[in-house]
Parts: sequence; structure tokens; C-alpha cells
Amino acid sequence: MGTYVLRRVLQMIPVIIGTTFLIYWMVFSLGDPTVGRCGERPCPEAYVARIHQEYNLDKPLPEQYVRYMAKVAQGDLGTSFNGNEVIDQLGDRWPVTLKLATIAIVFEAIIGIAAGLLAGLRRRSFWDSLVFVSTLVIISIPSFVLGSVAQMVFGVQLSWFPVTATQGTWEQLLLPGFVLGSLSMAYIARLTRNSLSENLSADYVRTAKAKGLSSGRVVGVHTFRNSLIPVVTFIGADFGALMGGALVTERIFNIPGIGGYIFHSITTKDATAVVGTITLLVLVFLLMNLIVDLLYGALDPRIAHE
Amino acid sequence: MSKQANASFAELEQWTAESGPLLDVRDLTVEFRTREGVAKAINGASFTLNPGESLAILGESGSGKSVTAQAIMGILDSPPGFITGGEVMFRGVDLLKLPEDKRRQVRGRRISMIFQDALSALNPVFTVGWQIAEMFRIHKGMNRSDARKAAVQLMERVNIPAAKERAGNFPHQFSGGMRQRIMIAMAIALDPEILIADEPTTALDVTVQAQIMDLLRELQAETGMGLILITHDLGVVADVADRINVMYAGRMVEKADVLDLYSNPAHPYTEGLLESIPRLDQTTGDLQAIGGLPPNLTKIPPGCAFNPRCRYARDICTVDPVPPVIELGNGRSSACHFTHELLAGSLTPTVTSTEDIDE
Repeated sequence: MGTYVLRRVLQMIPVIIGTTFLIYWMVFSLGDPTVGRCGERPCPEAYVARIHQEYNLDKPLPEQYVRYMAKVAQGDLGTSFNGNEVIDQLGDRWPVTLKLATIAIVFEAIIGIAAGLLAGLRRRSFWDSLVFVSTLVIISIPSFVLGSVAQMVFGVQLSWFPVTATQGTWEQLLLPGFVLGSLSMAYIARLTRNSLSENLSADYVRTAKAKGLSSGRVVGVHTFRNSLIPVVTFIGADFGALMGGALVTERIFNIPGIGGYIFHSITTKDATAVVGTITLLVLVFLLMNLIVDLLYGALDPRIAHE
Repeated sequence: MSKQANASFAELEQWTAESGPLLDVRDLTVEFRTREGVAKAINGASFTLNPGESLAILGESGSGKSVTAQAIMGILDSPPGFITGGEVMFRGVDLLKLPEDKRRQVRGRRISMIFQDALSALNPVFTVGWQIAEMFRIHKGMNRSDARKAAVQLMERVNIPAAKERAGNFPHQFSGGMRQRIMIAMAIALDPEILIADEPTTALDVTVQAQIMDLLRELQAETGMGLILITHDLGVVADVADRINVMYAGRMVEKADVLDLYSNPAHPYTEGLLESIPRLDQTTGDLQAIGGLPPNLTKIPPGCAFNPRCRYARDICTVDPVPPVIELGNGRSSACHFTHELLAGSLTPTVTSTEDIDE
């Protein structure tokens, strides 16, 4: 297990360098980041020169990148063109995104797995059909429709939830979290259902029955754990993806999250903010993947020993 | 738990060896209801097993051997499988009529089973020690550490080296032969009266096959358990079995002692099986095989199910009813209209070459 962890961590290094370099190169070097920042007219030369000097743009690309990454390693994601520290901006927004993602994950995991188990244990029953149809409906609805309708019905008309989440508190984020998690919830329900029904006809389940175990033990002890391996992987990867913010949901509910910040930075051509945020997102995503892999290894001993 | 720990109910204990066979399967019928139709997997199979005896059930894939075993164990997937008739008398009690909780006290404990592919038959996420110990924990209510000790002893008994250390390993860390030994250890954990081995050596190398068969024979001699060996491999049967039942399309077509069956088959299907064994002294020509394929179980041919492939088939063979079982004494029987003629060597083929039989 120790060497497995070490190998996974070492594998992350080239991925980190590769992705961050690509982002840096695309934003800072594929065209001058100062272009278009001064409205219709070209920017004054003094401004361009100052920006170039301040952000090391006058130096060769590899040197720029190394200088940038050295600062990142010290926790400095740079100062955006409008003078704000990127790290401070993220510090305000990340907790909101984290809360939203947590609500979505908890919701999708609990409801999705429960629905999947119900359908998988009673194959071709009413419940199986119900789960099949309702997940199909959820998958078919675009998230902006689902978000707007949920806001209208549960927020405005029924007043069960706050209509917007401008402060990003847990209570405000509840409804947006459900909306955000609903698509993955449908996938998790189907994944769990199929995985369970596949495992129920596995040879080792037949062995468990032949051992004279109760049907509860056959399913609960011998089938669940195997069935949930792909589900855990999916949930972990989804959490990593949700950490990058949820642009549509954030927009509908006015949530001050990461997604809106990246979108704003891109539209205002704030190169430092874009690179800084995405660099951090890459690191978080890779970390989540590492955790998923380790969890996977713990759940399925065959993985860790390979 | 304590109720399960004394898993003996009165009916089973009244039985003695004088009151009949240990296991008596009578006219068992099993069908699979699928979208493609009803597949009649078992069509009135009957056989008996006495204590300490080894019975081989021999047949091609799809002949109903494994389904028979699963029906006896009560682990048939239902749906699609349904037992539609017959009795499975174990110690004079019909297992098919027992409620599930009583049935479970027999399953694994008094009748246990091992499977063909031990890698897929063992749970990949639990250690082998845990999986063996589970038998003691569930059926005997032992605590974890006692059950673990008992599991290690069992692993030693089936000759797994360094059993104590290896008990903490997972199934994929063992070789095929060792995995099958673990399956066997699990199956004999509670000293069952009957062990059903469903193709126990099919997935193994020839040398390992012999070791596993030796182990089964040793354990049987030690414990006096009855052994039902399900196989398609005539070579495996010869060493271990006392009696052979040949199965075709869900029915026993011939029952005989091993020597009788090998020296003088009483059913054309058995004859075909014996001829299909490759021989070292056969220097020319193709390998012999029985022409045609086993019947589609959703439409078994009328009359004798074997008639489309039989070189002796005559008009009577192609019409219902199925051929009666002809008793030949000494426990021997054959379900062929021409049993006596075949044994006497006076039956002439109606088809001369297996190439003439297609489909």
C-alpha cells in the first residue's frame, strides 16, 4: 500500500507541470494579455510596458513560467490586473463553492445510492421502473431549466427555500445544492443499480448463498461493498469537478462562487486571475483524484497489489 | 444465533442408514423461464447417494448437471429458474418442502458445494481466512479469533503452506490450485455429510487437477462424507467415482458402476462419450466426437432427446414417450429402447458416419 501511494503521488508531478504550463502558455503567451484591456483603442505604451515588466512578460517563456510557479509554491497566486490579490478573491469564494459542492455530493450520494439499491434489489419491479423513468427525466432536463424551475417553485411560490444565495450560507445553498447534485444523483442511481444487479449474479454471491448465509448477509456483506466500488469512484471524481464551481447554478441563484469568478476573469481578460485560479483548481482536482484512487485501493484489494 | 448453533431438527435426526439412501433425488424437474421461451433444464432426473459414496454425474455442457446441483443446494436463481416438480430427499426429509430458515441450516453445513472457477467463486474483497472463518461465525456462532484459528487449521488440513500467514491474503494472491483448496476448506468446514463438487478441476492444470482430486479422495476417506462429482471429464471420473450417472438433456440416461460403464456402455450416448476420449494408440484420423450439438432446451426433440445425434436411431426413438428406464440389476440402468441389443453388440447403426449428422 505504501509504494502504491508513493507511485500515485510521483505520477502526479508531470501532470501538474504539464497542465499548469499549458494554461500559463495559453493565457500569457498566445497573444499579449494587455490587448483589449483599454476599450476600443490600443493601450498606452507606458501601461503595456509596465504590465510587461511587472509580470515578467519581457523574459523568455520558460523563465516566466518558472518564476510564476516559484511564487505559486510560496502561496502567492499573483495580483490581478485590477490590483486585487487573487488568493484573497479565492479565499472569499472558495468556502462558498466548497459548501455548495458538499451539499450537492451528500444529496446525490444518499438519494442516488438509495434509489439505485432499491432498483437493483427489486429488478423489473415497480421501483425499478420508477427509478429508471425519473432518472431519465432528470438527465434530460438542462440544468438551467431545472435551476430556474426549482427557484420559481420552491423559492418564490412555495417559499420553502431562500430565492437567492448572495451570502452563501448553508441554508441559502441548500436548494442550489440539490439542483447542482441532481444530474449526478441520476447517474449514481443508475450506476448503483447496474453494478448491484451485475454483482448479484456473480459467482461469489452464489458461493455466499451456498455457504448457508442469510439473504441479508449475502447482499449486505458480500454484494454491497463490491457494488459500491465504481460508485465511490464516480462520487470522488464528481466532487473534484464541483470544486471548480458551477457557473450556471451560481448565476441562477446569485451565488458568489468560483465559477462566476473564473467567468468574470475571462471576460475581463484578467490573465493573472485566470491562471491563478485554474492552477489551483488543477491541484485540487488532482488531489481529489489521488484520494479517490487511494479509496479505490482500500475498497478493492486487487488494485493496490497490482 | 443460538438457535442456529443447534441446527438439528428432529426429522433429520430420525434417519438411519437402514431407512434409505442419504440423498434421494426423485423426478426432479427444473425449468428456466426466459424471454426466448421455457428452457427445460431438468426433466425428471432421479439418483441416489449413500453415505461415504462417490457418485459422478457426467455430461456435456448444458446437460443440466450444475442446475441439478444448484437445485439440491437451493441456490438456483429464481427467477428465471423454477423447480416444477420432484423431491430432494435428504435423510428422509424433502428439502424442497422445508421453509427457508431450516433449509439454510442444511445448506453449507450438512450439504456443501465447491465450484468450477475458484477465483470468481471467492469474494475478491475479503481475505481467504475471513471467508473460511465466516462459516464458523455464522453457523457455530464463534467469535472472530476462534473462528480465525479454526480457519487456519482447515487451511493446514487442505495442505496450504504457511497457512497462518496466508490466511490474511486475498484470493487473487493465490494460484489456481491453492484457491480451489481454499474453496474445499470452506466447504468441509462444518463436516458436511455431502459435498457437491461442480467441475472442481476444469479450470486447473492437469498436474494440479490430480492433486485436487487426491485431496478430495483423502478428505472423503477421512470424514466419510458422500461426494457428488459433477464433470464432463471422463478421466477425472475414473479415479475417484464409485458410480457414474450419465446425464443428457436433463435426464439420467445411464447409471452404472465405473468399471461396467467403461467396459460396456449400455447407452449410445455413453458409448459416444467414451469414444471421444483421445487415445495414445490412435495414430491416424481426426479426434472422434459425437456428431451434432446438445439439444436446445426450449425445444427438446420428441422421444429420446438423443435421437438426432444417435447412430442407432430408429423410428421408435423419434416419437414420444421417452424411452423407459431399463433396469439391468446391480444398480445399473439405461434409458434406451435398445439397451439389451447394444450390450449384446447386436445393434446395427442406421447412420454410418458422424458427418451425416448435422445440427
